[in-house]
Amino acid sequence: MTLNLSVSPDFPPSHLSGWFIFNTWLQRQLGTGVHLELYDSFDAQREDIRNGKIDLIYANPYDASMLVRELGFKVLVRPRNLSDETLIATLASDPRAQVEDLEAGITVATTADPDVHTMGMIMLESADLDAGNVTFLELDSYVLVAKALLNGNADVGFFLQAGYDELSELIRKKMKPLVNSQIGVVHHTLVAGPRMEEHIPLLLERLTNMEHDPKGQDVLKSMGLDGWDQMHEEQTEFMIDLIDTLID
Amino acid sequence: MSEQDTGAATEVLIKYFDGTERLAKIVDREVPYPDGKLIVSRTDSQGIITHANRAFIEMSGYTREELLGTNHYILRHPDMPVVAFKDLWDTVAQGKKWQGYVKNLRKDGAYYWVKATVIPNIRNGELVGYTSVRRKPSRSKIKESEALYATLR
Repeated sequence: MTLNLSVSPDFPPSHLSGWFIFNTWLQRQLGTGVHLELYDSFDAQREDIRNGKIDLIYANPYDASMLVRELGFKVLVRPRNLSDETLIATLASDPRAQVEDLEAGITVATTADPDVHTMGMIMLESADLDAGNVTFLELDSYVLVAKALLNGNADVGFFLQAGYDELSELIRKKMKPLVNSQIGVVHHTLVAGPRMEEHIPLLLERLTNMEHDPKGQDVLKSMGLDGWDQMHEEQTEFMIDLIDTLID
Repeated sequence: MSEQDTGAATEVLIKYFDGTERLAKIVDREVPYPDGKLIVSRTDSQGIITHANRAFIEMSGYTREELLGTNHYILRHPDMPVVAFKDLWDTVAQGKKWQGYVKNLRKDGAYYWVKATVIPNIRNGELVGYTSVRRKPSRSKIKESEALYATLR
């Protein structure tokens, strides 16, 4: 049986090859075929998840919530020292220096990335901004969000901090962060579906020991990760509860 | 900072629903909510704090050791009307999410406003506690809440 691996579409493009290398590593560890399916669209990926096409996924925290509570998936591990933080930026030359300087009627460049969009909107609340008094420009990547700012098509842009950091220095110099989230406890996780059940003990053992093995270290490096930490059930429930508080 | 802050310090006897009370120092000074941060805490089903994140420690002025094992009502500011907390507990007791604006009391007597969300934590069908996440409120919501709560005290 070939298993299907997928990755939340918000991973940094520079780590694309890393996920293919991880896929090969995974096949060797499990002794079974693993197919890596990547998506540009969060919606298309969710549809395939709901249709039972995905067995193992590196999920963003919002999708992890759906996978665990609705579809019976299990969170196995989280990437060490890597949490999902959101940044709101504007043009460097923009006179607005803080969120409270923003006013109703602004255009927000955003992506379909659910955690970044939600956290971005939460950080706009202190300026009395909500979905009812801003205009959204939904784009496919953080590069396009930056371009929208630079071209004057948006007042502010929502970025995954990691996505902002990956932009070229030239582009970043033309923007300035208005606010960065500092949450720390919301992060991606590797989540296994029901067909993975028999592989979970072996997979957990191999994932948590990856950093001690030279080949495993190379794979981690290619994905931009330091290592995996096991997620216990209560840690998962805690993160999902926290996300529930953020969704209106 | 609120424009009306006087910095005046008083002592107020705060009585809690469980019959306990404490003499608390109250200082009319707002500590602004930090941008981008979420205050996260969890309690057991009785309201005893079991988890406090760094932002909670920083904003409340208590140490982690002081917070853990203490009832969450230690944060209650005497300007908050009892009816607001009744609404909170009535809502979460029904298994629903509660959201509202809360003036919290710091250990040093100063205060900070939050937009709070509280959800019941259900495990295997049983209530095991509550998670509360606080975020930065807008000035207009604070003003509205101040005016409303003044009529409810």
